[in-house]
Amino acid sequence: MYLAEPLNYLSHIHHLPIAELEVGKHFYWQIGNLKLHGQVFLTSWFVIGVLIIAAFLASRRSDRIPSGIQNFMEYALEFIRDLARGQIGEKEYRPWVPFVGTLFLFIFVSNWSGALVPWKLVEIPGGELAAPTSDINTTVALALLTSLAYFYAGFRKKGLGYFGNYVQPVPFMLPFKIIEDFTKPLSLSFRLFGNILADELVVAVLVLLVPLFVPLPVMALGLFTSAIQALIFATLAAAYIGEAMEDHGEGHEEH
Amino acid sequence: MDSIVAAASVVAAALAVGLAAIGPGIGQGSAAGQAVEGIARQPEAEGKIRGTLLLSLAFMEALTIYGLVVALVLLFANPFA
Repeated sequence: MYLAEPLNYLSHIHHLPIAELEVGKHFYWQIGNLKLHGQVFLTSWFVIGVLIIAAFLASRRSDRIPSGIQNFMEYALEFIRDLARGQIGEKEYRPWVPFVGTLFLFIFVSNWSGALVPWKLVEIPGGELAAPTSDINTTVALALLTSLAYFYAGFRKKGLGYFGNYVQPVPFMLPFKIIEDFTKPLSLSFRLFGNILADELVVAVLVLLVPLFVPLPVMALGLFTSAIQALIFATLAAAYIGEAMEDHGEGHEEH
Repeated sequence: MDSIVAAASVVAAALAVGLAAIGPGIGQGSAAGQAVEGIARQPEAEGKIRGTLLLSLAFMEALTIYGLVVALVLLFANPFA
């Protein structure tokens, strides 16, 4: 994303050490000609680490009667499976559970890590640590992966007959369907990015005004909307995949 | 940054998020109202109605968030600065 010189009096408000507001400032890593946003990588690795450790602990000693973390992870798996089955359909949902589940878990843990982990206590040379999903590049990557996934699903199921979807149910839908292929990743990525960034900004602004207690309800609301956004992203990804694979002439709920 | 560009950007940012809040506000109000009506008519369907309502509220919210994204771009990543 193109970042010009920010309005400097707006992008750098800090009276308190914990209540800083920095938007559009990044901790750059230079690799060859590429400039990477280092803070996003650090927090993403943290999220991935949390997920891997949780999965490892849950599956290390699996019992017939699950308890503790195994029970919890099985509950999560069942939740994701039901989500995928509801959107993709009984017959074909099984191979897509890992994809939808990865999206959901990564986004969910990312969003909550932004709200629950005290990242502001960690000093880095530029920018600040925050939820990885509050960076547009992360959400665009996830949304483009979703696009690839539904094209792959459609072509694998129907081959070139997938293009038949574009003229269903009436041929003049063709331009709209083509535009839809672009607006799907656009709206997916902007929805997630905007919601998470808005949550973090609202909390940061409130902390700036009243540092104690007053931001708590807003933080709770932020946790709630973050969870809903993860659910929405996963549901929509599954719905798009299901839509790409559905048979002609069969009505399917549009989102 | 040129001061007139800065002023225009700030006004435009306020307008973007303010105007984008109108439509979803009306929509969310009417959706919530209908949901309450549905629950009053059929209290046993409350769980299902609540789930659907929350999901659709989040979709409507996204429209305001698009306005907010435009406002944030104008304030922090202004292409005309």
